[in-house]
Amino acid sequence: MMNYIKLIVLGLITLFALVAANYARDLAYLVDALIVAAVAGGLFLWVLRRTDEPKVKVDLSGEYMDGVIRAGVIATAFWGVVGFLAGTYIAFQLAFPALNFDWAQGYMNFGRLRPLHTSAVIFAFGGNALIATSFYVVQRTSAARLWGGNLGWFVFWGYNLFIVLAATSYILGGTQSKEYAEPEWYIDLWLTVVWLAYLAVFLGTIVKRREPHIYVANWFFLSFIITVAMLHVVNNLSIPVSIFGSKSVQVFSGVQDAMVQWWYGHNAVGFFLTAGFLGMMYYFVPKQAERPVYSYKLSIIHFWALIFLYIWAGPHHLHYTALPDWASTLGMVFSIILWMPSWGGMINGLMTLSGAWDKLRTDPVIRMMVISIGFYGMSTFEGPMMSIRAVNSLSHYTDWTIGHVHSGALGWNGMITFGALYFLVPKLWNRERLYSLSLVSWHFWLATIGIVLYAASMWVTGVMEGLMWREVDANGFLVNSFADTVAAKFPMYVVRALGGVLFLAGAIIMCYNLWMTVKRSPAVEATNGTVPAE
Amino acid sequence: METYSLLREFADSWMLLVLFVFFVGVVIFVFRPGASKAYENPANIPFRHEDKPAPESARRPEEA
Repeated sequence: MMNYIKLIVLGLITLFALVAANYARDLAYLVDALIVAAVAGGLFLWVLRRTDEPKVKVDLSGEYMDGVIRAGVIATAFWGVVGFLAGTYIAFQLAFPALNFDWAQGYMNFGRLRPLHTSAVIFAFGGNALIATSFYVVQRTSAARLWGGNLGWFVFWGYNLFIVLAATSYILGGTQSKEYAEPEWYIDLWLTVVWLAYLAVFLGTIVKRREPHIYVANWFFLSFIITVAMLHVVNNLSIPVSIFGSKSVQVFSGVQDAMVQWWYGHNAVGFFLTAGFLGMMYYFVPKQAERPVYSYKLSIIHFWALIFLYIWAGPHHLHYTALPDWASTLGMVFSIILWMPSWGGMINGLMTLSGAWDKLRTDPVIRMMVISIGFYGMSTFEGPMMSIRAVNSLSHYTDWTIGHVHSGALGWNGMITFGALYFLVPKLWNRERLYSLSLVSWHFWLATIGIVLYAASMWVTGVMEGLMWREVDANGFLVNSFADTVAAKFPMYVVRALGGVLFLAGAIIMCYNLWMTVKRSPAVEATNGTVPAE
Repeated sequence: METYSLLREFADSWMLLVLFVFFVGVVIFVFRPGASKAYENPANIPFRHEDKPAPESARRPEEA
């Protein structure tokens, strides 16, 4: 019966998507409508071929649902390489503008590829990593199978469909011009559906948990899921011009729109890139170090302080704008107070290794996790400093900001995700160990040197640029034109792009290592599932 | 009163107080006597049930 309902729904979606493609008012919408039609049509055939087949009922409650996590791990590695490649390419475009080829004008130039890069690394790489690790962690720490059966698969495929729709739309010009929230209204609506399903799966698993306590990592994951849902909906309130076109008009306007955008934007950093990844930290660091977290009390205070403070920090993106001074002061003050929970969390992560510091020498995976926590501490020191109005007057709109973002994203988010992937792949594919630890060391050093080159060159060029912009002569005239700063930045742009090449090379080595782990590493001896472990 | 002014006044006073008290309450609660002992068990959750879920019989927290 269920299959007939599915067939009707999928058939209607296919039909409507084809009608929409026919009436499409712009290229981005046309292509996305065709993608939706192809996916829904393909699913229609897939369901059709399985209809009326006898169903075998298997009781799976005795094992974890790991298939969707395996898929998530593969997607994370794949999108990571795609995102890093796009980033490295646009870094070279900035250094050598000739790479904005004439034949690809309007599709492959910097302006089109930049949102592709940011969304690929944050939402495709980071998002898939968060979904996969949260599903892994919530099952293990709740001692229960994922709730909702195939809903977990819907979350995975639905989220990746969102990424494909967004990416094609960016290249073809569909954007609502909000940083990190570029996707147009129909993609936003789809993501809302997928995200609510994600919330249901995660919360459902927590509700049926068999551990009395909800482990702290789940608190972080849950706050990430709920807050991102709220941010996404409010920041994307818009009215489409036509149901057959991608263009939409924002409900908020002017400074209110700007404030809502950076309330969203900074909490995307705070809850997507911080809270979610802290969930990873609180599970994978103790697991890899084989000792419980340093202070469970501190982790609880860390959680509540982070949740209570981060939500206010957004206005520091709007210093010296039409935003009232009191609002930007509020944002600045809360950003500075954020130092404390951030460093509390960093200390908690690092001190988990106390008594096991020798592992740093022998285990490159834990080295990766530790350096990620180090970068977390560094960028959460740098961020509050840059939010101070006087510092911001120098740093804002310069490359310093880009350097700051990358030391956080590459260092903290990237490295902790790599560590989690190295932990997960042998476990999920039932292998004794990784294929090669020395390749992990290669990855570690390539990535670390890449980040250092990136951050250092951006500090130099950012501060230089800021100073050049504000330099005035004896008569009060500006000394430098904008093009002067662009010319002066060239060597640092090349260094930055080379840093990107190193980071990308490390990620490719990781993919090879993980692939070989699955193919070549010896399997763990099978245990009989019917005999209790104890 | 305008909606904005009303909400603003509420946010500046009662809501602020509620959030602040809640937060301070959490901190005090975390440092309650006997907390260190109570948190030993949850801190070790990652080291249990690595390969398969807990059996049905180990059902609910309160009973355990």
